[in-house]
Amino acid sequence: MKIVVCIKQVPATNDAKIDPETKRIVREGMKAILNPFDTYAVEEGVQLRDKFGGEVIALSMGPPKAEASLREAISVGVDRAILLSDRAFGGSDTWATSYALAKAIKKIGDIDLVICGKQAIDGDTAQVGPGIAAHLDWLQATYVMAVEEISSSSIRVKRMHEDGYDICEMSLPAVITVVKDINIPRVPSLKGRLASNKCEIPVWKPDDIGADTSKIGLNGSPTRVVKIQPPPPRHTSTKKIEGSSIECAQTLLRELRL
Amino acid sequence: MIAFTDAERKEYRNIWVVAEILSGEIQSVTHELTGAARTLADLRKSEVWVVVMGSGIEGKPESLFAYGADVAIVVDHPGLSGFVDETEAKIMKRLIAEYKPEVVICGATTRGRALIPRVAVMTHCGLTADCTGLSIDPENGDLLQTRPAFGGNILATIRCSNHRPQMATVRPRVMKSPEPDPGRTGRIIKEEMLTSDTEKIKQIIDVFHSTETAFNLADAQIIISGGRGMKGSEGFKLLKQFAERVGGAAVGASRAAVDSGWIPYAHQVGQTGQTVQTKVYIACGISGQIQHLVGMQSCDLIIAIDKNSDTPMMQIADIAVVGDLFEIIPEIVREIPNL
Repeated sequence: MKIVVCIKQVPATNDAKIDPETKRIVREGMKAILNPFDTYAVEEGVQLRDKFGGEVIALSMGPPKAEASLREAISVGVDRAILLSDRAFGGSDTWATSYALAKAIKKIGDIDLVICGKQAIDGDTAQVGPGIAAHLDWLQATYVMAVEEISSSSIRVKRMHEDGYDICEMSLPAVITVVKDINIPRVPSLKGRLASNKCEIPVWKPDDIGADTSKIGLNGSPTRVVKIQPPPPRHTSTKKIEGSSIECAQTLLRELRL
Repeated sequence: MIAFTDAERKEYRNIWVVAEILSGEIQSVTHELTGAARTLADLRKSEVWVVVMGSGIEGKPESLFAYGADVAIVVDHPGLSGFVDETEAKIMKRLIAEYKPEVVICGATTRGRALIPRVAVMTHCGLTADCTGLSIDPENGDLLQTRPAFGGNILATIRCSNHRPQMATVRPRVMKSPEPDPGRTGRIIKEEMLTSDTEKIKQIIDVFHSTETAFNLADAQIIISGGRGMKGSEGFKLLKQFAERVGGAAVGASRAAVDSGWIPYAHQVGQTGQTVQTKVYIACGISGQIQHLVGMQSCDLIIAIDKNSDTPMMQIADIAVVGDLFEIIPEIVREIPNL
């Protein structure tokens, strides 16, 4: 089993600042973390490898410092990591990002399964996982809450949906995106930390993955962000209700007109 | 990426909605989006088309005309009873190539968020997720899509001028459902499934309907949510009573409550759970860590009930009720008038 886990480095704080000149999010000075949903993807990849053997590779696209998130993945058991990083990738939307990641997955070769987190906490789009599947023309399952069975040729997963869940089976190779319910991520072991400090993380450029430069970066992105603004403020004051429990209940119900 | 010429863009007309079907029924998000599409189509002097893919849905698509649809494209086939991403994406790609819509809108449901990104890549289109606002340039048809990012801390406006169709997903309950007009009529276009639609696809082995794992907080008008202050699964029974008494309310939870095993993950609101935008959010014993706040701060009315009035949740709330929730909630349940 050869597995790729796609991960993203995201800002840790949710208090994003906007540069009024460039209208871009100011990422400088923000602490960066591994996208929380991706920690479940990494754990699932490592567990599947432990059970069935093979290799699990972490893949990320981002600025050079995104390497730190790849090292974090190695510290919890990922075998090796690859970073896609180049100015030409800058400004990629989900179309161009999933294209570049799909090209890298093809370049790695012989991949049976790609695991992504359900979505990243900065963009919140949940589009890159299915986008990778579409670029590769592989099957996909999103909102996966459990991998029920896996063999060298197929995978059976449990998918969450609005009305409950379903069980579906896909031939491999395939892409799955996972939710938090799927596992409990481990903490790095001492051995893992040492490995993550020592390992070499190759940086791949567009040429390395044979990317068509008209399909990456801002040029390759069909969407354009034309304006960024803070949302309207919520309210000016909080109405406090105090007193005995029955008074609180009655006042609240009056407020709600229930 | 090659941009469309003006002439190419003009070949694309009409506003499409992809219908959301669960257990053979058209969901209310489809009505909401049909209403939103109507507004856009009127500005463009074009039509609203709804794509309805399902199994045994005879007679159902006609109901959409009342909400503003002019045309329903219907694909009714047993292979569409479960959600097979690959099949639906292939059908969408084919329909788009044939009829050339200017805009495609889909519910930001678990199904929509799996299907549309796949279609967008296959058709080389721009896609904006979870839009809270859609407006259209009446002259050139450019769709202006507004969406929150970074947990609702910024609003971004996105445009895809160079490609058609322009695709967007919208969460349930974000757009208002229009008053149905039973007198409106429309046309049905029936489309067949091709053999290739069911090649190289997943097999749905089984479907389970379960409220325990249902990922449907976004569908609720009111969410009553509990945190560490609920002290255990017993506390959540109280919230379930509260929700039942209110009617149409769903029970949510903070990560702390879910991680303690008091309630399943499907109920988790926040960064690693669901983002919700309900009319009313009642936070009971939730301190309001940033990871929780980003999942619910866009709700219209936030009510917090907690002993401690200094928590972040009590500070961002529109109404903060200070007191013992184990006493106050039973009082509320008793005091809610019988409907």
